[in-house]
Amino acid sequence: MAKNILVVEKILSANDRVAAENRTIFDVAGVKVFNLMASPGAGKTSLIEQTIKRLLPVIKLAVIDGDIATNLDADRAKAAGAFAVQINTGGECHLDAIMINSAIKQMNLKNFNVIIIENVGNLVCPASFQLGSHKSVLIASIPEGDDKPYKYPGMYRGVDALVINKIDLLPYVPFKMDYFCKGVEILNPGLVTFPLSCKTGEGLESWIEWLTDNARG
Amino acid sequence: MHELNVTESILEISLRHANQANAKRITNLYLVIGQLASIVDDSVQFYWDIISKETIAAGSELHFRRLPATLVCSECNHQYSPGNDGFSCPNCKSDRIKVISGEEFFMEAIDIET
Repeated sequence: MAKNILVVEKILSANDRVAAENRTIFDVAGVKVFNLMASPGAGKTSLIEQTIKRLLPVIKLAVIDGDIATNLDADRAKAAGAFAVQINTGGECHLDAIMINSAIKQMNLKNFNVIIIENVGNLVCPASFQLGSHKSVLIASIPEGDDKPYKYPGMYRGVDALVINKIDLLPYVPFKMDYFCKGVEILNPGLVTFPLSCKTGEGLESWIEWLTDNARG
Repeated sequence: MHELNVTESILEISLRHANQANAKRITNLYLVIGQLASIVDDSVQFYWDIISKETIAAGSELHFRRLPATLVCSECNHQYSPGNDGFSCPNCKSDRIKVISGEEFFMEAIDIET
């Protein structure tokens, strides 16, 4: 007999369930978690290195590094002095809640105040997969071009903070900050933004201040 | 691309509901995708035919219903669906807008045979 059954279930509900479970684990351990997303080469690892350097004396920090195949990023975080766990996604274009769930089982969360998750370099998919983090941060960079908010709205819409890296390159590339910021304002009105340079250190203090404030709250 | 993950979730959800109803076969699946959800129908269909092969969903058909996005203008409160000419408010041309819907991605229903 043919029948129609009503389902009404979110396709990514399995991921969302594990994300909620991760969040509870983080909250019980009293650790604040930040999900860093960006395109490849925007400076996720560089920002993490600079953040470790400035925060490590005051805040116990760990890094969970997502990468398709290598340990290069976790090695850089370790070299900067932080505890780091590498997740190799084996070709997957994003981290998901299940990967984070197995990574945190390798860590004693009580040893840390803050975990920074470095997502796979990608400006599309990471936005669709909740991880259980407290804050999502997008890193844009000047050489990527000023049209990226318009081209990748999903990523700009869902984040809590935006870092604009490599501002030291502004004199050399045709990047219209007004046009870029207008796009950001359309997608995410009032988004807190940190123009900075991981190379020169300019602007890093405001980012560190925001991270520290949110690590406490 | 993550369409394979997504397709595996579709299979898991549909088999679970079909088994609860003692189904012998799943014949049709009805999926709803918001205009702003980054899912490629063709790619999901491609994986579906492969991964459903050895299951009671073999040979079933995926139906995609696209939901238009709904935006609301923060200046004049006008509600609208964006066309191809950008996201700005068609009423007052403001760029200060909020997304109300358009990111949905869910399974609405399935047809089964018992």
